[in-house]
Amino acid sequence: MNDWALLSTITFLPLLGALFILLIRGEEAVVAANARALALWTSLATLVLSIYMLLGFDPSDAGFQFTERVSWLGGSVDYAMGVDGISVLFVLLTTSLMPLCILASWHSVKHRVREYMLAFLVLETLMIGVFCAMDIVLFYLFFEGGLIPMFLIIGIWGGARRVYASFKFFLYTLLGSVLMLLAILYMIWQTGSGFIPDLHNAGFGADVQTWLWLAFFASFAVKMPMWPVHTWLPDAHVEAPTGGSVILAAILLKMGGYGFLRFSLPMFPIASDFFTPLVLTLSVIAIVYTSLVALAQEDVKKLIAYSSVAHMGFVTMGLFTGTMQGVQGGVFQMLSHGWISAALFLCVGVVYDRMHTREIAAYGGLVNRMPIYAAAFMLFTMANVGLPGTSGFVGEFLTIIGVFQISSWAAVFAASGVILAACYALSLYRRMIFGRIEQEGLQTINDVTIREIAILLPLAIATILFGVYPMPILDVTNASLTELLSHYHAALTQYHSGGH
Amino acid sequence: MAHNLILILPELVLFIGAMGLLLLGAYYKEAGAVGVMGEAAPHNTSNSRSINRIVSNSAIGLLVVASALTFLDARHSAPQAFNGAFIMDDFAVLFKVMIFLSTALALLMAQRFMAREKLERFEFPVLLLLAACGMGVMVSANNMIAAYMGLELQSLALYVVAAIKRDSLRATEAGLKYFVLGALSSGLLLYGMSLLYGLSGSVEFSAIASVFSTSSEGVLPVAQTVGLVFVMAGLAFKVSAVPFHMWTPDVYEGAPTPVTAFFAAAPKLAAMALFLRLITTAFPDAIAAWQQIFVFLAIAGMVLGSFAAIGQHNIKRLMAYSSIAHIGFALVGFAAATSAGISSVIFYMMLYLTMTLGTFACILAMRRGGVMLEQISDLAGLSRSRPFMAACLAVLMFSLAGIPPMAGFFGKLFVFRAAIEAELYALAIIGVLASVVGAFYYLRIIKIMYLDAAAGAETDDAAPTHDDLDDRSDVNEAMPRELAVIAGVFAGVSLFFFIYPAPLIELATLASDALMATGGAIK
Repeated sequence: MNDWALLSTITFLPLLGALFILLIRGEEAVVAANARALALWTSLATLVLSIYMLLGFDPSDAGFQFTERVSWLGGSVDYAMGVDGISVLFVLLTTSLMPLCILASWHSVKHRVREYMLAFLVLETLMIGVFCAMDIVLFYLFFEGGLIPMFLIIGIWGGARRVYASFKFFLYTLLGSVLMLLAILYMIWQTGSGFIPDLHNAGFGADVQTWLWLAFFASFAVKMPMWPVHTWLPDAHVEAPTGGSVILAAILLKMGGYGFLRFSLPMFPIASDFFTPLVLTLSVIAIVYTSLVALAQEDVKKLIAYSSVAHMGFVTMGLFTGTMQGVQGGVFQMLSHGWISAALFLCVGVVYDRMHTREIAAYGGLVNRMPIYAAAFMLFTMANVGLPGTSGFVGEFLTIIGVFQISSWAAVFAASGVILAACYALSLYRRMIFGRIEQEGLQTINDVTIREIAILLPLAIATILFGVYPMPILDVTNASLTELLSHYHAALTQYHSGGH
Repeated sequence: MAHNLILILPELVLFIGAMGLLLLGAYYKEAGAVGVMGEAAPHNTSNSRSINRIVSNSAIGLLVVASALTFLDARHSAPQAFNGAFIMDDFAVLFKVMIFLSTALALLMAQRFMAREKLERFEFPVLLLLAACGMGVMVSANNMIAAYMGLELQSLALYVVAAIKRDSLRATEAGLKYFVLGALSSGLLLYGMSLLYGLSGSVEFSAIASVFSTSSEGVLPVAQTVGLVFVMAGLAFKVSAVPFHMWTPDVYEGAPTPVTAFFAAAPKLAAMALFLRLITTAFPDAIAAWQQIFVFLAIAGMVLGSFAAIGQHNIKRLMAYSSIAHIGFALVGFAAATSAGISSVIFYMMLYLTMTLGTFACILAMRRGGVMLEQISDLAGLSRSRPFMAACLAVLMFSLAGIPPMAGFFGKLFVFRAAIEAELYALAIIGVLASVVGAFYYLRIIKIMYLDAAAGAETDDAAPTHDDLDDRSDVNEAMPRELAVIAGVFAGVSLFFFIYPAPLIELATLASDALMATGGAIK
């Protein structure tokens, strides 16, 4: 199966496209058109390759597949790539959202188109790399490297307060991550290997696990983001251009959750178990508090950003339950939030491109002029609330089942978060879509174009399809998650029975 | 005797070449009937300019030849010469090549600048050659006399070079300050050396080592401690480790920019090399004593360098604090006091060299209407008017900040790895936090180049024409070709280093192994 380095090809194909974009010469308009086209085709080719990879993926195998390993930094740190049931879907999420982001930026980005496309393709390489890396230093390289293009995307093409937002994003995330770097160095020193499967079996002592867990938590909690270190997210989301917001919400936030699954749970099971009450508390606060904050927002992007924090609260809760339903729910919720939040930001982008304002009060009565848009927005709003029949429901439902098994109180609060979500999401929908058109500018607004339909349609299909029939996703993740949990519980049992 | 001469061949070539060029320059000056140096009579300007250019080009050629000759020496079976005073191992070869080539690059970068600023003098290349020769001796020194001789040859040349723009108040102030503080540090060094000589009865590094091995219960006697501390303080001055860094910002700012570029690169390497040689061969048994000194120097350098750079407006001054911080990071590897730590220092200095030279190539290209620009705010709009230069500088800034996948990240990775393995957790934590603070001021430069340029872009759809851009942005001269090549190559190295990092890592390991072979007790 592994005759050629498929994962490396998928990872570095966008980078190759980026290098070609650098070579484009000519008039500014020609350069822009070519850069757009090249970026779109590169991302589509990457998508096709990643679908090919998924077809060759064996869901019954819990281990890593398509593995590659080449000596890299010397000593114990190699260039190692591979995907398992947990990461393969995140790779696919990344590659499938990227063409949509490029399409969404087709007309809305007017200046420095070439650099914009360049930044997006580089970002795609780094994001795919995060999910494919099987070496911990390589993971860190991709994880941190993503800051550079995202910093530029927010900072160059963002809104009025983009400088503040991009600095806050960069420094917050960097501060969280450097402590993780030290933990990584410690682990490599202790085990003599940076290879992730080796580290899974390292079995660190309980005290050491506590410190390492905290260092990793510092990074992933900022990335998720968890309350109270979430404050960079609303700023970054609000200021970022539509494409940037989509990537931020749909993929970058998932890196935190993915990190918990890949590192914190399997490598530090004792510490994870010890800190579960802390994580549950922070998650509950995130769900309830940020939902309330979302209710008060006047800026539509900010509202969706706070709603993202709340939804990520469900994810962290589910992942740390240590139950199959909880973890499955957490992963499903991450994927589902990936396309739902992407769709919501894209929907906002549609009207933002026409009206150039994010204020909720500036809209109203859109249904009169934009019926198709209103229908699409309705679907994604409902999915965001977690209406049964949409993919949003499956994730939250599984998560709450999982949480209920270990703490009914947390489950009750989490469920109340669902109600609050309905409050803010439906009120947003009513204020923007229903009613009479009051604003002068909205009299002539046009409904979605073919391009915009082409962007939203795949997301709508995914929302409904996996809402009604979630098994394809659960099947892929099942084997790896089962393996992870059995490993997790075995480590806990051994620790508790070991004369403790 | 022939054996001795072959081993010092690179230095000989530089020294004899410097003397020859000095004669050549002096003779042509005389022939042109010029009074005081540099004040050529008007009718003779073109002649003296061409001779300056010839001297400069020959100096570059000599440096390249000298670095090629070091490779010749590398295959030599017996690396020691002059009864062990001079050693030419792989470590020395690596550092000499880096020093000679970076000196050559500094000269190359200086040519156009010196011609424009009317500073072109044949003494400048000659002084750099002498400094390079001194640095070669420092790197190879294996006893106190050779070390001090090399250091002073280097320093005396550098004092003059710092003040070469003698009509400028700031440059002469910089030169004087450098001289006074440098002389003080040399005095400290010499005092420490004389104490150690008195205790051991020998100037050989290996004999001095025995002074420390006799100490019992891990506590050093006062005399040994004082000698060690004075020697280390003297060298800390030369690498501008905090708290001996005070001269650095003023000299960096006051000296002409190509001179600053040179100061930031080669002399730092030479002083670090001597530092490495001393602790591995002369003080290997005093680890407990110098380890805590290095921990302090590293923390002070990283923290002060990072915080003090935030308030700077002058880019040369900012680079001074940046180099102070980077020396702090490199000293983390010293503090680890292991062979992994030593090789991480060597590795860090290699990357530091590439990043620094690339950055200064960009700084030298900051000109507007024939005037050198030095304010950070002058970089505004650079990403539009000079996209290539801005991209190079941005890559180098991310690399200096240590953000992966840039090269600078790997330097930090290895020094902190050494620190963690030496269980210096507090040092490592302070270090990475300081690097986050440092990231802020590097980001500020990128912000000025990229983010501010897009001001008003939200509403303004029409792309500005090129003429508008030239008016709006401050840097309005095209990047000279040699600077563009240097900046491009070093930015490329920083950017693509992650693809094939093995060669540099192996070089660093090779060099540190060579150092360990002559050294002793360090693990």
